[in-house]
Amino acid sequence: LSRVAVLKGGSSLERQVSLRSGARVEEALERLGHEVDRVDVGSNLIARLRDFGPDVAFVVLHGRDGEDGTVQELLEILGIPYTGSGVLGCIRSMDKVLTKHLLRQERIPTPEFFAFNETAFKRLGAGETLAAIEDRLEFPIVVKPASGGSALGIKFARTAGDVPGTLISAFSYDDKVLLERHVEGRDLAVSIVEDAKGPQALPVVEAVPRDEDFYDFEARYEIGRTTFVCPAELPENVTARAQALALGVYRLLGLYGFARVDLMMENETGDLYVLEANAIPGLTPTSLLPQAAEAAGVGFDDLVARILELAFKRAETALSTSH
Amino acid sequence: MKIDDRGRGPQEPGEPKRVGRSPSTTRDIERYTGLFASRTRGMKSSAMRDMMSITTRPEVISLAGGLPDTRSFPPKTFAAVANKIAAEECAKALQYGPTEGLPETIECIAEVMAAEDMRVDPDDVIVTTGGQQAIDLVTRALIDPGDVIVAEGPTYPGAVPSFSSYQADVVQIDMDSDGMRIDLMEETLDRLEREGKRPKFIYTVPSFQNPAGVTMSLPRRKRLVEVANEREILVLEDNPYGMLRYEGEPQTTLRSLDGGVYVMYLGTFSKILSPGIRLGWIVAPAPVLDKLNLGKQAADLCTSTLSQLMVSAYFEHGRWQDYVESLTEIYRARRDTMLDALERHFPPQAEWTRPAGGLFIWATLPDFIDTTDLLARALQANVAFVPGEGAYMDGRGRNAMRLNFSGVNEDDIREGVRRIGEIVQEQVDLYGTLTGEQQAPARPAEEPAPEEEGGRVVQMPRRRTGEGRARNS
Repeated sequence: LSRVAVLKGGSSLERQVSLRSGARVEEALERLGHEVDRVDVGSNLIARLRDFGPDVAFVVLHGRDGEDGTVQELLEILGIPYTGSGVLGCIRSMDKVLTKHLLRQERIPTPEFFAFNETAFKRLGAGETLAAIEDRLEFPIVVKPASGGSALGIKFARTAGDVPGTLISAFSYDDKVLLERHVEGRDLAVSIVEDAKGPQALPVVEAVPRDEDFYDFEARYEIGRTTFVCPAELPENVTARAQALALGVYRLLGLYGFARVDLMMENETGDLYVLEANAIPGLTPTSLLPQAAEAAGVGFDDLVARILELAFKRAETALSTSH
Repeated sequence: MKIDDRGRGPQEPGEPKRVGRSPSTTRDIERYTGLFASRTRGMKSSAMRDMMSITTRPEVISLAGGLPDTRSFPPKTFAAVANKIAAEECAKALQYGPTEGLPETIECIAEVMAAEDMRVDPDDVIVTTGGQQAIDLVTRALIDPGDVIVAEGPTYPGAVPSFSSYQADVVQIDMDSDGMRIDLMEETLDRLEREGKRPKFIYTVPSFQNPAGVTMSLPRRKRLVEVANEREILVLEDNPYGMLRYEGEPQTTLRSLDGGVYVMYLGTFSKILSPGIRLGWIVAPAPVLDKLNLGKQAADLCTSTLSQLMVSAYFEHGRWQDYVESLTEIYRARRDTMLDALERHFPPQAEWTRPAGGLFIWATLPDFIDTTDLLARALQANVAFVPGEGAYMDGRGRNAMRLNFSGVNEDDIREGVRRIGEIVQEQVDLYGTLTGEQQAPARPAEEPAPEEEGGRVVQMPRRRTGEGRARNS
């Protein structure tokens, strides 16, 4: 039995979701008999950790600071074992542009895209390339900030006239944005959890929006707004391929412990495309990873216990290799 | 065995397994979903609301709230009032009270209404748990699913969840600097009639409207009351800010014009005393009042007796108007500070209203700026406002924002507006770079901001064409 600091909340835009995920993890940890310190991450984080002296940190932060490697780096410095991916895995998955470049390099299918930072537009006149981009990607084009695990700031441009406004929206969240070909199709998520044999892909979840046009931020975290089908009703070979792709992404990005990979299955071709990976997917009652784990026969408490174990295991491995 | 304080502390070996709340599983969620009333489908949380939770962090200058400045309330007065209740009315304060409210509190309400030139029969009043409950009770009593409520566009964002939860069809009428466009309202009523729909009531904040900050002119007030009488439609006049006037002459209330035949009047102590005591009231025609009373019995039996006695003791303690006057001084200076700061820091493409009272300014930005996204950017700069979309039920308001000037001091107002202005300017510049266009100013830079005079249109945004919320990807 361990002293576990649950790191949650923070000042990211996904604070609320993180608090919900955190509360659920805390309950599970307590049922498992651990001593829990509930930490709403802020400027007193280091003092708080030194004071409590945890055996391990359970990181349930989403978005900036928590999912981008910042908190992980601090925990490395403090020598506190922590759950989930390490610094590099976080950096690679938080930045969708970096993720997509890596995917492209490995020939893992991802929708065609172009990425810019604000400087490109301000100082290099990148605005003049928009017409060429629009030609290449064809409308509608998905415009999104490079970072952020939620759907915040993600917009559709249906015509050339929409592009500047959607770019400005995306730039509100990050100074890097990407324009991506829209894949019309089914929205799939493959969660991955490691066990003794290594990373295992869980059953595929399909998100089916109930009454909105799009599966948006609101629907994502709210009971009853989106129907999740798990396991997704897919041909066996498609399920297998989605899981294989997700595992490939997981290894490519250097993720650890658990993660979720979002994909699209194109209606017209049946092809699968990887959109992004989340190093710390939501653990709220409506989140996809816990649902997938449950479908695989892994209850929430078991899931939390396993993620915790993996944190210790990594720390031990690191210790044994450094001596 | 140790007492289970929500499971803190390690469990001793051999201790019986702690019985905790079991984790909610997917099946649980599905099970609960099946049990929800269909009307809860209309009750939505939003990205905006989630983001708003960050605005309460201490480093954020929040121009988002609608908070009165409770710091200016004298603690001595509070202590005197509390002591008096403890000494003289302790048992009563701790007891249930009548559903419609305590007679001594209703006397205070009559006094406040008299200060705005209204006479009221105490029998026509129900004391409510804040003005918000009055909105809820009226909607509950009058609205079947699909019934129409006519409201201003933009409307009070806090009324939206109430209207939604009763599945009202809210039709919003554009405003200009003279308040709701009654001509458009009449056209809309005609159209609704042709469609076989009959609105149940018209919801309006005629003075210093939340969020637009504009005030309905007297001719429009008169016409609104006439229309209500001609068409036999109720009006819910929500007047929380009427006493917070910083310039000009008091406006006649709709209730005074109508005599209480079709106008239901909603008041509150939130802005003239304190929002924390949660005390408001509703005045309505007797048959309506009876239904509201039954609704209130169902909702909470009675308003807090302690809060009601605090009001009556406070009114006995001294002139309640003195505090309102002191607030008026504070807020007037803050409004002026905000208007100056807007003039100084917002780009010429922005427009805003000049409220003669109340707590809010409504600013409209170029239509390529989505203020919900802008809020995300503003929060990185530790400043917050309310995005306009919350004041509409039809997707409009996306390029507008509500700014509150009552809740923070003048330095923070200046700094907060400066930060927002800087970000807006950045986005305007970026748009210029993206499109190669210079943005034509909405108002000439050298001219003062729009004055509040007849007929000037408060720009109420349209839904942007071709743009939806993108799917998660």
